[in-house]
Amino acid sequence: MNKISLIIKREYLSRVRKKSFIIMTLLGPILMAAIIIVPIFIGMTSHTKHTIMVLDETGWFQGKFKNNVDDNGLTFLKFTGLENAGKDSVKAGKYYALLYIAKPEGKMSPQPIIYAEKQPDINIKNYVSSTMEKEVEKTKLAEQGITPEQLKALKADITVTTININESGKEEKSSTELAMGLGYISSLIIYMFIFIYGVQVMRGVLEEKTSRIVEVIISSVKPFQLMMGKILGIALVCLTQVLLWIVLTTTIITVFKTAMPDKFNFSQTTQISKINTTSSNTTSAPKIQATSSDKQIGNDMLSSLFKVNYVLEISMFILFFLGGYLLYSALFAAIGAAVDNETDIQQFMLPITVPLIISIVAAQAVMQNPDGPLAFWLSIIPFTSPIIMMVRLPFNVPTEQIVLSLSLLVLGFIGTTWIAAKVYRTGILMYGKKVNYKELWKWIMYKG
Amino acid sequence: MDIFVAKEVTKRYAAQTALNKVSINVPENSIYGLLGPNGAGKTTLIRIINQIIAPDEGELFLFGEKLQPKHTALIGYLPEERGLYKKMPVGEQALYLSQLKGVSRADALKKLKVLFEKFEIQDWWTKNVEELSKGMQQKVQFIVTIIHEPKLLIFDEPFSGFDPINATLIRDEILELRRKGATVIFSTHNMASVEELCDDIALINKSKKILEGKVTDIKKTYRSNSYELSYNGYSGNLLSLLPQGYTMLEESTVDHLLTAKIKLPIEESPNALLQLVLPHVEVHAFKEMLPSMNDIFIEKVNENRETKTVNPS
Repeated sequence: MNKISLIIKREYLSRVRKKSFIIMTLLGPILMAAIIIVPIFIGMTSHTKHTIMVLDETGWFQGKFKNNVDDNGLTFLKFTGLENAGKDSVKAGKYYALLYIAKPEGKMSPQPIIYAEKQPDINIKNYVSSTMEKEVEKTKLAEQGITPEQLKALKADITVTTININESGKEEKSSTELAMGLGYISSLIIYMFIFIYGVQVMRGVLEEKTSRIVEVIISSVKPFQLMMGKILGIALVCLTQVLLWIVLTTTIITVFKTAMPDKFNFSQTTQISKINTTSSNTTSAPKIQATSSDKQIGNDMLSSLFKVNYVLEISMFILFFLGGYLLYSALFAAIGAAVDNETDIQQFMLPITVPLIISIVAAQAVMQNPDGPLAFWLSIIPFTSPIIMMVRLPFNVPTEQIVLSLSLLVLGFIGTTWIAAKVYRTGILMYGKKVNYKELWKWIMYKG
Repeated sequence: MDIFVAKEVTKRYAAQTALNKVSINVPENSIYGLLGPNGAGKTTLIRIINQIIAPDEGELFLFGEKLQPKHTALIGYLPEERGLYKKMPVGEQALYLSQLKGVSRADALKKLKVLFEKFEIQDWWTKNVEELSKGMQQKVQFIVTIIHEPKLLIFDEPFSGFDPINATLIRDEILELRRKGATVIFSTHNMASVEELCDDIALINKSKKILEGKVTDIKKTYRSNSYELSYNGYSGNLLSLLPQGYTMLEESTVDHLLTAKIKLPIEESPNALLQLVLPHVEVHAFKEMLPSMNDIFIEKVNENRETKTVNPS
């Protein structure tokens, strides 16, 4: 046992000290934090200050354009003069834009024009149209003799809230989108890590074989100890990386959260919902509704992101990740032992990569139907379960299925390790021989 | 006492038999040569002794005990195909390999310092292995083979890759280790070093042991009753002085001194030859021509091949 720990230590330290490991470990969390933080900043930075002149020939909208609503940075000033004079001052760069509202003919709604040197951003257009729609609606409703209160009473406002009831009877507000996202990201990470670190195991074995140090080592330790030491040492390297990623990503997000608490206050959605309700029966409404409900989902997701059961999620992630890694890396080790050089790797890589690729492709379908037969079987079969179970997990998988899947995964990696050890033992001492599957089968069948 | 004994060891691979009932007895504190042509099964036997692979049949004993995993600490093995981790500092690597042999870190550090100085590679402690020349890497490998002071040392072609100076250094070190009580199993094709170093040998050919014994005994067994005679004072054909049955193997002249290599009939003694030539020549030197290990090796292996062709099995 002492010798295995020596091997693990060497494998671990020699990799953790590498520059590439340090760079990856630091870069990963920055990228992940960026995925969460950047969208918030995008929403923030578009609010530059603009002054807009309003030439309102109808006179209906006087004082209706409020300054700096929702922190949008817009200032509206009344413009007295002719349309052309207004255009000239925009051209001269005095103002950002001129909002010209011509008097409509008859009962038509007024159609405003925004003159600006540059393409005005979408915020201005949305704010102007929603403000005007609100006013025109109000006027039209008044003409029909309907008060805003009556309208409010007529409105049907339906949002579906999903609540998960768990065994203890506790009810939790859930977010399907979040569940999908979280499941997909964790399965993607498992997929990536099995590949990256599985290949590292393979290269490590091949390096020992081609540098011919292997015979020196296996005269002091058993080939199985050397193989397991390598696999476990590299497992610790990836656990270190994953844990550092989780810790660093959380740290970065927490730092931003404390530095700018208002940007992370997800309950400020009332303003948007108001626009949503008041503008529902006009022509341009669907667009606004779409953008505002997108924001709503985004905010809900971000807020439930902090409510997820991270202890369960992370511990399951680590278990399935380790299981999947051990299962596949044993096979990768066998390949490294069977071949003589990198070019021969390809033919043996295919059968290993196929189940991995199938799982990541099937993950999409599983997300749509997380309790269907495809999802069930793929999350039970050891070769696909590490990836597929992570997709299903946020949709509350029954405990007995998780236990079954994990037990089969353990059996699976004991099986692959057993086979790999046989191939490894013969392969590492075999030089200059083109190996095929028939040959590998013979190695597996050798006794002793 | 025999430190290591192998009894009827057999190892089969799918297509061929690598070792066929091979038995060897390695006397304590000897240098034991394991000889044989390429592919004869030497490496298989060495790997079995190192417990890298297990035999299909047969038993092995070290110090009278059945060979078992704990014995790896008593054995030092320098394989023919040897290497080091290229991207690992020399010192760290030597420490790692020593610890795998069961030497404690502190102990290994102390011993390595001494050996690194002895082999004049102390300046390379922190360098990566890939920066070292092949000869220097071999020195590092040699050091880690002997670091745990094994009772049984196994060297597979230890001199390959060394220049003459370093080869002598290694040879002296091997002899020094033997003086200190170690037993050495030595596999090589280099017959000169066998003659120089080995006390005992086993010759393996086509998975079978075909010869074993003390080098001196073997040479006596294989002597051909041939003698080398250096003389002058006679310029005629020496063979004309001798009766039927004597054969001239070779004649040469160096600085007016003639040398003849003569094979005697089996029943004749060297004295008979001397009596025949003494009245005619002035004898300067006379000695028995013992066969070299090289000759014996070639003779035995060819003999083996001939029997094989006569009786194809």
